[in-house]
Amino acid sequence: MKRAAFLLLLALAVLVPRPSFAQDIEAAINALGQGSFNERTSAANALAQTGDQRAVPVLKALGDRELYLRKADNKVFIGRTVSGTVTLIDPVTGKEAGVSTGGDIEGVKVNNALRRTIEALLGGLTLLSSDPAVRRDAATAMFNQPDPEALGTLDAAIAKETDPAIKAKMDEARAAAVLKSSRPDAEKIAAVKILGARGDQASLSLLQNLEASAQGDLKAAAAEAIEDVSGALALWNNVQNLWYGISLGSVLLLAAIGLAITFGVMGVINMAHGEMVMIGAYTTFFVQELFRAHAPEAFDYSLFVALPAAFAVAGLVGIAMERGIIRFLYGRPLETLLATWGISLMLQQTVRSLFGPSNREVGTPSWMSGTVEITNGLTLTSNRIAIVVFTAIVFIALMLVMRFTRFGLQMRAVTQNRPMANSVGIRSGWVDAMTFGLGSAIAGVAGVALSQIDNVSPNLGQSYIIDSFLVVVFGGVGNLWGTLVGAMSLGILNKFLEPWAGAVLGKILILVMVILFIQRRPRGLFALKGRSVEA
Amino acid sequence: MEDAPRRTPLFGIPIDGGGWIFLAVVIAVTIAVPVLNLATEPGSAFHVPTYLVPLLGKYLCYALLAVAVDLVWGYCGILSLGHGAFFALGGYAMGMYLMREIGPRGVYGNANLPDFMVFLNWKELPWFWYGFDIFPFAMLMVLLVPGVLALVFGWLAFRSRVTGVYLSIITQALTFALMLAFFRNNMGFGGNNGLTDFKDILGFNLQSDETRAALFIASGIALALGYLVCRYIVTSKLGRVVAAIRDAESRTRFLGYRVEHYKLFVFVVSAVLAGIAGALYVPQVGIINPSEFSPANSIEIVVWVALGGRGTLFGAALGAVLVNYGKSYFTGAFPDLWLFILGGLFIFVTLFMPKGVVGSIREGLAGGRGLISRKRDEAPSPGAFAGSPGE
Repeated sequence: MKRAAFLLLLALAVLVPRPSFAQDIEAAINALGQGSFNERTSAANALAQTGDQRAVPVLKALGDRELYLRKADNKVFIGRTVSGTVTLIDPVTGKEAGVSTGGDIEGVKVNNALRRTIEALLGGLTLLSSDPAVRRDAATAMFNQPDPEALGTLDAAIAKETDPAIKAKMDEARAAAVLKSSRPDAEKIAAVKILGARGDQASLSLLQNLEASAQGDLKAAAAEAIEDVSGALALWNNVQNLWYGISLGSVLLLAAIGLAITFGVMGVINMAHGEMVMIGAYTTFFVQELFRAHAPEAFDYSLFVALPAAFAVAGLVGIAMERGIIRFLYGRPLETLLATWGISLMLQQTVRSLFGPSNREVGTPSWMSGTVEITNGLTLTSNRIAIVVFTAIVFIALMLVMRFTRFGLQMRAVTQNRPMANSVGIRSGWVDAMTFGLGSAIAGVAGVALSQIDNVSPNLGQSYIIDSFLVVVFGGVGNLWGTLVGAMSLGILNKFLEPWAGAVLGKILILVMVILFIQRRPRGLFALKGRSVEA
Repeated sequence: MEDAPRRTPLFGIPIDGGGWIFLAVVIAVTIAVPVLNLATEPGSAFHVPTYLVPLLGKYLCYALLAVAVDLVWGYCGILSLGHGAFFALGGYAMGMYLMREIGPRGVYGNANLPDFMVFLNWKELPWFWYGFDIFPFAMLMVLLVPGVLALVFGWLAFRSRVTGVYLSIITQALTFALMLAFFRNNMGFGGNNGLTDFKDILGFNLQSDETRAALFIASGIALALGYLVCRYIVTSKLGRVVAAIRDAESRTRFLGYRVEHYKLFVFVVSAVLAGIAGALYVPQVGIINPSEFSPANSIEIVVWVALGGRGTLFGAALGAVLVNYGKSYFTGAFPDLWLFILGGLFIFVTLFMPKGVVGSIREGLAGGRGLISRKRDEAPSPGAFAGSPGE
């Protein structure tokens, strides 16, 4: 208790700004410049003990090797190096104190041990900063590098903290430090509870370390907390797998949905579908190149230009394919398959000749990069979120088109019964062309999205085509819900198989499962019901 | 079908005019190439250079593979996009025998384990490698492995009446799955390097001219025999039922035939032939690796058949040689053009030559003689039996 009281006192002392001790801090800073590493480590400690916020930039500069000793008077300065000359800044007053070209000063050396000490000290010092973001980072840093010496600072900071979220983080940091200290078991058990509530990988390893060394009640408490944390982690792990699965499912859905439309309406397997995705990705690249050349400041909006461009380019290529080749092959689906494969080879080679065989760099706009942290156990990358949202929008838009527009009505009529649709005056040839165009255009749009997460190369389409087929075959033809369910189940199944089977084996298992599934439901999950024997 | 009087039987198998020409050419090449390679001096005008022997042998294996695909596609209407898998499995069975033949002459000098297993730090031979040091056993596996896979896969697929493009897609998924599997190092088949560095077969050095000539002759004989077997099947009563299934599957079923059994039989025979082609291919090219399983390879086989002429058997063989000769030439001379040509070939053949080269020549001959009545009796145009998707 005596020690705690002392630390509390010390912390209180820290809280009071003391401009009058300017010479103290100056001495403490100057002590950093000389002596052995051990001596300078204790000097750094002493500097932090002053609690002066002016110590923060000094320690930072020391860690970054930007602290210099002036040989003439053994005074320590922070130096900013610009093209060979060092501008010296007085750490006490914060004012510039002359320029040096290097002869009269020498850099203050650091080693890894000193750097670690500095990090911990900075954590303690910045806990008291007035900026909440700095305090939060400091608490996180202290949790990651628990240091019993800093307990006093932590207690003081917790007492002063008003933001409950940051306070919770500080509590966790304190708990981590308590476990490492020589505090009584009762206090440690309380700390175990806090860590158990936090429930992430870091607290799990802290608890496991504790369990290995502790005895009695503390050991039991630690064991219990470990069980809780493991359970929570397993749950979060499942949530994360589910999310990865949905994210993969969205990608599959984007790639397969156009295929499902053309196959459903026209009975045509378009082997060049993957190349439409590739064309969309290359359109994105091309649009971004234009932006880089002419309007670099608007680069973040390039995707909004790329989307309609890819829609148009891929759609036109699709319509050209349909009018030029595929319409001569109706009623011969196997030959269509071969002809479209031929088209896909030619498109690949065309792109390879135009853009070269290597991967092309497609930039990610700033609003799509970065991560979003949901809890301690779960961080989502923004581009994945964007793709899931985008897929949902495309899917819903397509559903609306199918259900509420005249074109959608005609498309459904042709899907269900082509001769009957013809006889009520629907130009099924025109519907075919438009459908093929629409399917290809959606593939192009998918290419814009995939360019954000995959390499843009002439082989881009090839890597998606077999998966897309499986989704369509699995989900069934003529029903977009089937494609949705097919894509999501394959995506999620894949991500849950991956951890224990490995990526490749997981994929093989999925293929085998789909092959077996086709035995039970040869027309897929959501087959159109009909009475034709040949269907 | 073709007019009956012009068929002359061989071993009781009716062979049509084109078939006789085909057999004559195969036999002539099988004899001529090794003789001209071994018996003439390198300077002579008739000399066949040594590098050409395995190259031509490779074409013969491809031709046999194409005949096998034509049997299922041209006569039974099953468009398999996975025949490369059966070819590769036969090749792997042969490759495993050749690996065991290396014995202690490998880089690591381990008599019990192939080099790649030593490299992976494996201690003993996996069970599925047992027996592959015995040639007859390995040859049995060349037949059995593709055959059994085709039997199981075909039984599952045909029983539940998976047809048309659905079947094509799951055959493609099959070969894709196998490709991924064989790329894995711990499958025990050498991972992405596959099996290579073969030394000899049955004690004969694979690099020697004589062994190469012998393999070439074996490929020629296999092609001729494979053709005869297929021809026998398609002209038999069973062959008639198979053609009926191709043209109208449901009607055949309603007539009381067990459609799945006929399809399964033809599919398995075709897979075994493909396996034999693969087994002969591997010692001639000296390597087998998982890229042989790639779906693109299997689709390419189909275009050989389509170019030569579906439902003619010898046309398929012709197509295989033509396309592969083109491939050898263009990938050497104009590598950028090859995919344009191959892609264009796919489109051109399906749009303008649905009966392939052989079909076009036949039509030309028939038209030239003014025998319009014959046209009606000929094989239905390949487009008609693809089976429309429901309507």
